Amino acid sequence: MSLADELAAQQRSISVAEFFERNKHLLGFDSPTRGIITTIKEAVDNALDACEEAGVLPDIYLSVRRQERDIFRIIVEDNGPGIVPEQVPYVFGKLLYGSRFHQIRQSRGQQGIGISAAVLYAQLTSGLPTLVISRTGPDRPAHLFEIRIDIGRNEPDVVRNEEFDWDRTHGTRIQIEFRSTLAAKKRLIEYLKYSSIVNPHARILLEMDDETFLFDRVSDEVIACPQAIQPHPHGIEIGQLRRMLHAGSGTLEEFLTGTFSRVGKKTAGEMCRGAGLSCTADAHSLSPEEQRRLVETMQAVKVPPPPVSRCLSPIGEDLITRGLEKEFPMDFIRARTRPGSVFSGHPFIIEAAIGYGGKLPPEGNAQILRFANRVPLMYQQGACAITTSVAGITWKNYGISQAGLPTGPLLILVHVASTNVPFTSESKDAIASIPEIEKEIVLALQDLGRDLKIFLSRRDRNRLQEDRARAVCAILPDLAAKVAEIVEREPPDISTIEGRIMRKLVVRRHGDAGVAAVEVRNYTDTPASLSLYAITRQPVEDASPPPDFVTELDGEHTQVWQVALGAGEVWQAHYRESGRGILEVRGIDPRSLVLVDQDDELDT
Amino acid sequence: MTNWTLDEEAGGRLTGIARKWYDQMRDGLVPSISLPTRTKQNIAYDDASEVWKYGDRESTRSAGTAKSALHLLKMAYVIWFLKTQIREKRSSTLRELYYISEGWKKAKFQAQDESNFLIEDLEILTDMQREAFHLRPEEDGATVFGPLELREMTRRGERAIHCQDDVGEAGYQIPTNVETIELVRHDAQFVIAIETGGMYARLIENGFDSDYQAILVHLKGQPARSTRRILNRINAQFGLPVAVFTDGDPWSYRIFASVAYGAIKSAHISELLATPKAQFIGVQPSDIRDYNLPSDHLSEKDVAALKSELSDPRFASDYWKEQIGLQLKLNLKSEQQAFAAKGLDFVTKEYLPARLSDMGIL
Repeated sequence: MSLADELAAQQRSISVAEFFERNKHLLGFDSPTRGIITTIKEAVDNALDACEEAGVLPDIYLSVRRQERDIFRIIVEDNGPGIVPEQVPYVFGKLLYGSRFHQIRQSRGQQGIGISAAVLYAQLTSGLPTLVISRTGPDRPAHLFEIRIDIGRNEPDVVRNEEFDWDRTHGTRIQIEFRSTLAAKKRLIEYLKYSSIVNPHARILLEMDDETFLFDRVSDEVIACPQAIQPHPHGIEIGQLRRMLHAGSGTLEEFLTGTFSRVGKKTAGEMCRGAGLSCTADAHSLSPEEQRRLVETMQAVKVPPPPVSRCLSPIGEDLITRGLEKEFPMDFIRARTRPGSVFSGHPFIIEAAIGYGGKLPPEGNAQILRFANRVPLMYQQGACAITTSVAGITWKNYGISQAGLPTGPLLILVHVASTNVPFTSESKDAIASIPEIEKEIVLALQDLGRDLKIFLSRRDRNRLQEDRARAVCAILPDLAAKVAEIVEREPPDISTIEGRIMRKLVVRRHGDAGVAAVEVRNYTDTPASLSLYAITRQPVEDASPPPDFVTELDGEHTQVWQVALGAGEVWQAHYRESGRGILEVRGIDPRSLVLVDQDDELDT
Repeated sequence: MTNWTLDEEAGGRLTGIARKWYDQMRDGLVPSISLPTRTKQNIAYDDASEVWKYGDRESTRSAGTAKSALHLLKMAYVIWFLKTQIREKRSSTLRELYYISEGWKKAKFQAQDESNFLIEDLEILTDMQREAFHLRPEEDGATVFGPLELREMTRRGERAIHCQDDVGEAGYQIPTNVETIELVRHDAQFVIAIETGGMYARLIENGFDSDYQAILVHLKGQPARSTRRILNRINAQFGLPVAVFTDGDPWSYRIFASVAYGAIKSAHISELLATPKAQFIGVQPSDIRDYNLPSDHLSEKDVAALKSELSDPRFASDYWKEQIGLQLKLNLKSEQQAFAAKGLDFVTKEYLPARLSDMGIL
């Protein structure tokens, strides 16, 4: 037998399932530690996508429980639209089966590998089939499946399929058991925390080892599901075009205007002329050479960018801010949503946020939260275009120290939303270096950096002022006491001076011979309004200005003045009162008020 | 002014500062003080008294900033301490005051410069000298030798002293408070104030005081206030000319300037301390050239000091412009004892008689 014959005998086709069995790392199952996170990530991604499509607010329940030794049972249950029973085996039991692969719009999952890869991983490590319960509506019964993957054929192997009495009206529940460890428990919680930041409309509950973690929603708004759009002529490749032509019909002009976004008759005509083809040629029967010419001219002809707003769903500045506020107490949070942009015909939007201070660790590298289509990226930070963009910015310009990455109590969030997020590998951990994307990230962060700088310098100034004022107020009482000792008198009341220095509102009552003088001085830098209550046993007399209203209750007379005064202004009132009265100030934050009641002087 | 009324006055004026602050605080105002700016730019020649005094520039310290509030607190502590000390007829030195502040917590002084400076502020605010507060400087005053008779009020009674007959080889030591001295009579033609102890001793040894009827005053470097005050008083009371003999370098010219015009630090009491009619003997830069004196090259600091003197209002005369310009050109400086190179008698037999005749004193 010749060598070629021997080799030929060994050559056979490889099933996709078999390929991935050998190359688990490509799917994020390279270690038992990662297995749990990847499985939960895939299941949560699917659940969120499904809820979005169905227009419901996601309620996701997760449970991770150790079964025996190193076998863990993972349950993911959602309130999504459910999966029709005929599809369930394929969704979970066949790799590369999915609804979103052929659509051009923003979605979390795409290729249809993730969850079936988890099923495969379970089968390989624990040998157990995956349990799926799904229900599509209250009027239909739920179905329970036990599914395996036939690895040789990449086809589902349904072990069990029966109707099931389920208390949910719609949704899906998966139960997977595989070998793993909980070494990455912190990572898992982080993953859910980050997910909840960029999915502020979702509620996620995790039960793990008797511990419960709730990531609640901050927004009750159902996010608009992005609409699928047609492919854009820029970025189309020859193979793809050939497939589309093959499936197409009619004239070339009809094909171009009907299949691609932003191609009208004028543009289509331009493309045909450029490729030396007739507009009326039969699209179906172009020669390979003609197809090649067509693809080339399609790239060259000027076409408006694809409709970004329809196919993408950015989170929005407000919701990013609220999501971050919920999970990270910080002194400064600002978010930016950039206008849409395009790379190789794929629309994308960059969103970014910067947080500073609060409970962030004061030292070490800034915390970078990376997201793609609302999914947190947990691994390979160093290989990601987001990280290199962050490191490429001169942070010192914004008052932040830097050692490669920026350092200090800083949090940076970057979200890349696109119909086709360019990942470096199928495990979807890092975004590839695409100049258009990097440029947008840098612009968004520089914009936020300027806001941060303003905040920092204002904070420093305020802190300085406050320190100064506090220092002064610590010294003044000593000065008053010493001065009083020298002049041999009682120490003077220095509350007014303190109020002036601390920039507060000072209300002071003094007087003699039964005439009270009330003085309000606004040392703050904002206008103030307050209500002044003089509560006396006898009605006051000769008040100037007269009180705005007067009441009497159980022998107590209450005189009220409504006082409004601008920054630095002074308001005064005089009245005749007999006996001790009470002066009260309402409608103002007590922290910015100093009330000096020199009542003793009225006793005469 | 008797001691009793002086004490009364000093205590009253110190309390006045505190009373002003008390009133300010009682009225809801932030306490403050105003003082003349104590820089070279803010001293001006006063035609009436012929001395350099502080100009019109004032700076206000208000307790609205932590630094100034602390300054006022320290001042309050010092006023309180001085008032007590005056009432109890005690006295202390500037150094002791610095150590006493150890117990004042926040109001404690960080360095003696700080407390000295604050005392000068109080002198300005009260228009009185620190001696009135019973405060003595650390250093003892310099010495006097010559045909001068005076009476000093000591703790053990009044002493009459003749500064040639009743003193040892070193002369009469000037007390820190010159106000206790009464100048009685003299038999002198002029006063010669000398920077270094070596030259002072040389003149005594060579009998310069008897030969030329001169009162010799040892300045001991930068002269203490008491030394300057006694020169001022001898000049004022007896009308004797005062001549100043120092080294020939920029630092010595400042010694002359403080005798003749007052120092920036004490410009508030220039009238009491300065002797505007005092004249400069030398060593002049032209002496270095004319007598070919042994000399050193100017250092960078010397050159900077000379240039700074060119912009000092106290040296704004043609004489000093010429001399300083010459020295910068020569790039040389000499000590007064460099005259010894020409023999130990040269300075008393040749240089001083010739120079004093030039100046019209002999």
